[in-house]
Amino acid sequence: MRAFDYAAAATVDDALKLARPGSAFLAGGTTLVDLMKLDVLTPDRVIDVNSLPLKGIRLHAGALRIGALERMSDVAAHPVVTAVHPMISRALLLSASWQLRNMASIGGNLLQRTRCDYFRDVTSACNKRRPGSGCPALTGVNRGHAILGTSDSCVATHASDVAVAFVALEAQVVVRGKDGDRTIPLDDFYRLPGSTPERENALAPGELVAEVVVPTLPWARHSTYLKIRDRQSYEFALTSVAAAVDLKRGVVQDVRLAAGGVGTKPWRLRAVEEALKGGVAMERTFADAAESAVDGARPLAHNAFKTSLLKRSIVRALLDAAGVR
Amino acid sequence: MTTSRRQFFGRAAAVSAGVALTSPLEEAVAAPENDSGVVEVAFKVNGERRKLGVDPRVTLLDALRERLQLTGTKKGCDRGQCGACTVHVDDRRVLSCLTLAVTVQGKEVTTIEGIADGGELHSVQRAFIENDGFQCGFCTSGQIMSAVKVVEEREVRTDDQIREAMSGNICRCGAYPNILAAIKQVKES
Repeated sequence: MRAFDYAAAATVDDALKLARPGSAFLAGGTTLVDLMKLDVLTPDRVIDVNSLPLKGIRLHAGALRIGALERMSDVAAHPVVTAVHPMISRALLLSASWQLRNMASIGGNLLQRTRCDYFRDVTSACNKRRPGSGCPALTGVNRGHAILGTSDSCVATHASDVAVAFVALEAQVVVRGKDGDRTIPLDDFYRLPGSTPERENALAPGELVAEVVVPTLPWARHSTYLKIRDRQSYEFALTSVAAAVDLKRGVVQDVRLAAGGVGTKPWRLRAVEEALKGGVAMERTFADAAESAVDGARPLAHNAFKTSLLKRSIVRALLDAAGVR
Repeated sequence: MTTSRRQFFGRAAAVSAGVALTSPLEEAVAAPENDSGVVEVAFKVNGERRKLGVDPRVTLLDALRERLQLTGTKKGCDRGQCGACTVHVDDRRVLSCLTLAVTVQGKEVTTIEGIADGGELHSVQRAFIENDGFQCGFCTSGQIMSAVKVVEEREVRTDDQIREAMSGNICRCGAYPNILAAIKQVKES
């Protein structure tokens, strides 16, 4: 690990003042410390933000508001979260391990870096880590990589589970900088890689994630988060689907769908949602609608299975969320 | 005369525990590459107040093992993937390999050395022995530190729920069935 200055910030203002090019904010450390050990991240100043008052989980003005420093385990177990948006709790509990959930913050979870092995290996080229150096995953081992939202520069997936649930629920992220707060829909917060995969989100240098705001949506209590992976626990998703269905007399009134493990960012499935509206909630309807999930998909040598796996995962998640199994 | 690694660090710590870096041997272990300096951190370990001067790069795992001689906590992967380094910080199980020592300022750390009550083993330690919950033993202290919390978790009841709650602790010997049996024994007693 490279040497760095350590500073513990007592207030948000302090944290923002301490930030400078080359510095990093430290919350749970489960991404930052890991990637610093690998020399993937080499901040020369680490600003500990764990004492900042970016905490609390509450219902306010028709939205669930989660402080960025709340830990994954605390959010998952919080009675307001399980009552209002059980999908969030389920996505969190299917993530990482109990120890990591006790450490990792919600803000940090949203900002976690990809698990692409080429990104994590400093001896490899990687456009995300060293812009312009190339992407070995395009022709290398790419079984875990994305099929949606990819570019010739990058095919890395976004690794978060809860971000998939947040995107399905149209959550917003509040970011705080020297010039005040900005509120950004999470779906817009994440950027597609394009030719600049090193820029993953809308955070400006020195800005902090302060809060996640999730609008309440009463029918979204009928929801699920389905996660398919190589082992049943403590593993990242091959595919995952966040689904919530509003049914009246067996007909889909409204629906929210997003997928993980397949996109370069948490992937909202709007075309599938549109195809489902007004349809009778049954397996055939779900399977027909799921076809459009992979429009524009660009499978690679080892991950073509994700196109069928994604479609089947959507069907299963919808059956579960609609309770028509 | 040969000197074991353990003795090497042991001597280094004898002169440096409780004070800032003073020993040339210790500097070989933790000296910063530049002069960004040593950070003082005070915390409780197993009920005892400790104060260390550490390079900010030092993990809680290395501080426990190399500075405080609490070598019961093991370094497996050192990347947050195996759970061997599990300890409790403020009563929650966390991975000491991904925790920078400077961040436990003012906190209470409990390691495997701190869960027995005097000469009386913790009920989870006893159950691991009675159920053969280990073979080589390298993952065992982490398994036990996790299991101590799992037996306290009331919503974790079924075999599958226990396995899920313990999934952050990998055992390459494959002692899982006996670890599960040990945890169930304590939960049922």
